[in-house]
Amino acid sequence: MTGPSGRRARVVVLDYGSGNLRSAERALARVGADVTVSDDLDAALAADGLVVPGVGAYAACMAGLDRVGAAPVVRERVAAGRPVLGICVGMQVLYELGDEHGVRTAGLGVLAGEVRRLAAPILPHMGWNTVRPPAESVLFAGLPADTRFYFVHSYAAKADLDAGDTVGEHGEPFAAAVERGALAATQFHPEKSGDAGAHLLTNWLATLS
Amino acid sequence: MSVAVRVIPCLDVDGGRVVKGVNFTDLRDAGDPVEMARLYDAEGADELTFLDITASSGDRETTYDIVRRTAEQVFIPLTVGGGVRSADDVNRLLRAGADKVGINTAAVARPELVRECAHRFGNQCIVISVDARRCPDPAGPRFEVTTHGGRRGTGIDAVGWTSRVVELGAGEILLNSMDADGTRDGYDLEMISAVRAEVDVPVIASGGAGDLAHFAPAVGAGADAVLAASVFHFGQLRIGEVKAALRDTGVPVR
Repeated sequence: MTGPSGRRARVVVLDYGSGNLRSAERALARVGADVTVSDDLDAALAADGLVVPGVGAYAACMAGLDRVGAAPVVRERVAAGRPVLGICVGMQVLYELGDEHGVRTAGLGVLAGEVRRLAAPILPHMGWNTVRPPAESVLFAGLPADTRFYFVHSYAAKADLDAGDTVGEHGEPFAAAVERGALAATQFHPEKSGDAGAHLLTNWLATLS
Repeated sequence: MSVAVRVIPCLDVDGGRVVKGVNFTDLRDAGDPVEMARLYDAEGADELTFLDITASSGDRETTYDIVRRTAEQVFIPLTVGGGVRSADDVNRLLRAGADKVGINTAAVARPELVRECAHRFGNQCIVISVDARRCPDPAGPRFEVTTHGGRRGTGIDAVGWTSRVVELGAGEILLNSMDADGTRDGYDLEMISAVRAEVDVPVIASGGAGDLAHFAPAVGAGADAVLAASVFHFGQLRIGEVKAALRDTGVPVR
């Protein structure tokens, strides 16, 4: 995907020790991004788009972000209106607080609200599910209403749903995606969601300048 | 809005090649796991499972390479199991591109491994694979955990075992009936029901699929996902047909 300047959008996938980064890298490259997996903060700051991935425990992800010193970079990009895409726990850490098994961990706080355990008979919420995006959504533009994305999580932001948030449901409604200007995030894994995920990532790349 | 029941083909990999019942006509190389993974993805598989049945540890590098190459080309979740002995093994598979790792015998030998792995990597990526059979000993449990591909009984009650590994941090149970495995007579529905009643994590039904009519009852018994190997490899059933059959009975599928 080429931006207005005629070059491919430069995307940094933030490497802070969390999980499977290869999939995110490959899925973004597949849709035309110039992708680097890096813990270099200057690169993360300068990129057209920054992807914050994340799997596992909230506290471990925050510790990883702190270890590489990435928290100020994410906050600075959000404050400056520069594109950031959080994925899964990379979305959850954007909120103010995560509560897992009674362990309360401060998040980056660029989204208002808390991440808590879903009230559902079977957890993790694992597999392909539909979502309800708002009519004005950019990420979901062009995707049919019954499109399914791959989720694997037990926690989510539930109580602080904004009218513009994309709602998912497993036991109870939760934020499946948020789009606040240049800040975007998905609770599901677009990089593991086949063609539907590729479509969404293409939509996101198109917002990068 | 409800999560779709997953249809999962399982590929047995030995020394870098898919073995056991590969009979695709539209593959250039029927034994290449990466190419088979791509084909299943194109057919609508919701996840893929690689079972590494390699005996020699020297061939493990080959497995990591396959996982790497698959993750580069296939954009659906990949579970890899077989021969996983330690948290470091799990780490290497995850770093190679696996999304979830299946642990079987090593968990039976040392249950604390489940806790260690769940703590280090998150429970969402720890799948405990249980090979269970109906217990031949009337004094024993109804379903018994086996190891070594079903050849060795342990005397451990399979239902209680699944409950225990979930407490230790397992994020999913891959429940394989050693009695039904290979028979194509259908899943062991009683075993699925018994485990479903005990655990609150997703349960993957495995062993016995042979007919389109076999899948919906497994879901009815409580399975969140249905896994099959030979019926897919031999081209006897296609992923799309299984999904259509499930959809016809009102089961949500992708």
